[in-house]
Amino acid sequence: MAFDPFVLARIQFAANISFHILFPTITIGLAWVLLFFRCRYTLTGDRAWEDAYSFWVKIFALTFALGVVSGITMSFQFGTNWPGFMQRAGNIAGPLLGYEVLTAFFLEASFLGIMLFGKRRVSNRLHLIATFLVALGTTISAFWILALNSWMQTPAGYSLENGQFFAQSWIEIIFNPSFPYRFAHVLLASFLTAAFLVAGVSAWRARAGIQGAAVGKSLKTGVLLAAVAIPLQILAGDFHGLNTLEHQPAKIAAMEGVWHTEKGAAFTLFGWPDEERRETRFAVKIPYAASLILTHELDGEVQGLNEFPNEHPPVAPVFWSFRVMLAMGGLMLLVSWWGAWSYWRGRQPGAGLLLALSLMTFSGWVATLAGWYVTEIGRQPWIVSGLLATADVVADHATATLGGTLFGYVGLYLFLLVSYVQALRYLATRPAHSGPAPQPGYSGGAAEGVA
Amino acid sequence: MAEFLPLFFVMAMGLSLLLYVILDGFDLGIGILLPLANDVEKDIMVASIGPFWDANETWLVLGVGVLLIAFPQAHGIVLTALYLPVTVMLFGLILRGVAFDFRVKAGDHRKALWNGAFFVGSLAAAMAQGWMLGAYITGLESTPTSTGFAALIALALPALYVMLGGAWLLIKTEGALFNKAVNWCRRALLPMGFALILVSIATPLVNSDIAARWFTLPNAIGLAPIPVTCLLVYGGIGWLLQRVDVLEAGYGWLLFTALIVICLMAAIGLAYSIYPYIIIGRMTLWEAAAATSSLWFIFWGVAVTLPLIAAYTVFVYRIFAGKATALSYD
Repeated sequence: MAFDPFVLARIQFAANISFHILFPTITIGLAWVLLFFRCRYTLTGDRAWEDAYSFWVKIFALTFALGVVSGITMSFQFGTNWPGFMQRAGNIAGPLLGYEVLTAFFLEASFLGIMLFGKRRVSNRLHLIATFLVALGTTISAFWILALNSWMQTPAGYSLENGQFFAQSWIEIIFNPSFPYRFAHVLLASFLTAAFLVAGVSAWRARAGIQGAAVGKSLKTGVLLAAVAIPLQILAGDFHGLNTLEHQPAKIAAMEGVWHTEKGAAFTLFGWPDEERRETRFAVKIPYAASLILTHELDGEVQGLNEFPNEHPPVAPVFWSFRVMLAMGGLMLLVSWWGAWSYWRGRQPGAGLLLALSLMTFSGWVATLAGWYVTEIGRQPWIVSGLLATADVVADHATATLGGTLFGYVGLYLFLLVSYVQALRYLATRPAHSGPAPQPGYSGGAAEGVA
Repeated sequence: MAEFLPLFFVMAMGLSLLLYVILDGFDLGIGILLPLANDVEKDIMVASIGPFWDANETWLVLGVGVLLIAFPQAHGIVLTALYLPVTVMLFGLILRGVAFDFRVKAGDHRKALWNGAFFVGSLAAAMAQGWMLGAYITGLESTPTSTGFAALIALALPALYVMLGGAWLLIKTEGALFNKAVNWCRRALLPMGFALILVSIATPLVNSDIAARWFTLPNAIGLAPIPVTCLLVYGGIGWLLQRVDVLEAGYGWLLFTALIVICLMAAIGLAYSIYPYIIIGRMTLWEAAAATSSLWFIFWGVAVTLPLIAAYTVFVYRIFAGKATALSYD
């Protein structure tokens, strides 16, 4: 594959969307966790909950800012990289993105100011409402963008005239066949990402010897949230997979590495999908497992990639991403239930568990990215499944332009990612503070106040 | 009835972009001014925009969003033609946006670095927006005239933002920083005037139809209030900046109001020049418009949410009214 403008435009968009998703996937879940902290404080009066909120709201603000700026980039790149998509599918995509801006972006951005800096200026009730509205805004945002993404995967409620899409039914467009499953799957992913971040960073703090009830409460909240969310996620993932099998069988075939349609298909644990030979080499298989998972019957039929000549996605990246996601899910189940078991036995997390949680801090990122690669690469070669090819909507920028800007974006994103993790470490290793808050004023708060 | 929809949406887009220029204009202006302040003042300057910048920036997303929603045919053409300045602007907005948090969360040893990023990001975004404005109002052509205007406006537009930023500081600060802000505004006055003249002459100069609309009687008389108002207000700003006693007596907001009037006049003038085109000389609003069913669907969304957004925006500004203090999460 040569580095023609099409490939570069795709890499650039993928780089942006991969960088972007890291931050909303934290903030959607974390916003609700913060609301939980605030509500617990309001109900119990226990200062530790407020300290937990104070610590995590700083990380939330930083994460939110990264999500906002990378999101703005996305909104422009629809036009700069895929002008054909907007010209053909603008009648569908435009209003969905518009509703995201109108009902979510302004809501979260406006009330974020009160949530972050308004605690001394408004009543506790209004501050709770502001926090709730920010959390609601992040979730509404996910609703609209996933409605659009799902429509691109399983288009419905449209008519096609001269290559242009027209809306027939907005209910069918928004609640298209894959939307409920994808929405649930992504929201749970976000809760898991936030849960492991909260538990992981709290474990860093505990391991660094930082005392305080807030650390313990954050750790427990993260572990228990993860322990509850992970079985639900496995269930949601299973439903999502069945839905994909029905509507996008080529994607499933790539995920499973199944080349020939077969009954009682085995699940390939590991292997090397080879598109030249059209087989998965060195495969380690579990007999009947793929059919069992996908059809819930031992001898159910699974369609192979050869049924979709030249119209199936690149197999290896989908195949591998799927396995990375599954492996992460397995680890999440193991570690969070280990933690839950420990709490259930009335023990504080031991050194081994703290180490495991530290290592799992960013496991949500890995799983989320892998999941997105499965579903997005799995949609190829289409931008709108079966109807509009990605190659037909790309902008004709010069290779040098795209290559140069891609280089710039990747450099900037790596720098920001390193800075983000460093800032997390810096914030996490400072001692927990309790007691009276610093008075706002011109002289005070210069070091940490402004954000 | 459907004929009115493109008109409604172009007005919504214009309003969003005007609000963006005014609101994020003062944020970016403060970013450009940041290196001129000492460390304590820097914190207050950032604090004066901290609770607002995110929502302010959202007006840009809405403006581009409306272009995409209502005029998908133009969206691709405009953004493809402006690919490089858009990229520069995005880099700038990214740096500026994350610097708000990193400058206080990455540790004191990194603060200078992030203050620098705040400045560079703000300046780059402001200049890129100037370039885009210049390229757009000269018809998105790659002629020397168009490129020349784009470059000149890229250099001049930041002066308007600096003026807005300075005016915001007159409302939000006092003491030494207040006096510094007055000085910054004085120095921005002439470059801002230059920017306004450039924007005013660019469209008629490259397009003779537009020139005819402005400079033939009786149109010229009907349109006279626009340049006359601008001149009067501009003169008023010059006078006000010499009267520190008036500004200090609690009339700092007058400068900001005057700038809003100038921005509004410039917007009306540009709208008059460009109408009925969305891409000058190439594509009209109606040619670029999305399907009527899609426009109706989003029309109701805009009609319901925009007043709500306006209401809670005012609400948030009122909560953080008064002189800026260092921001605290507690």
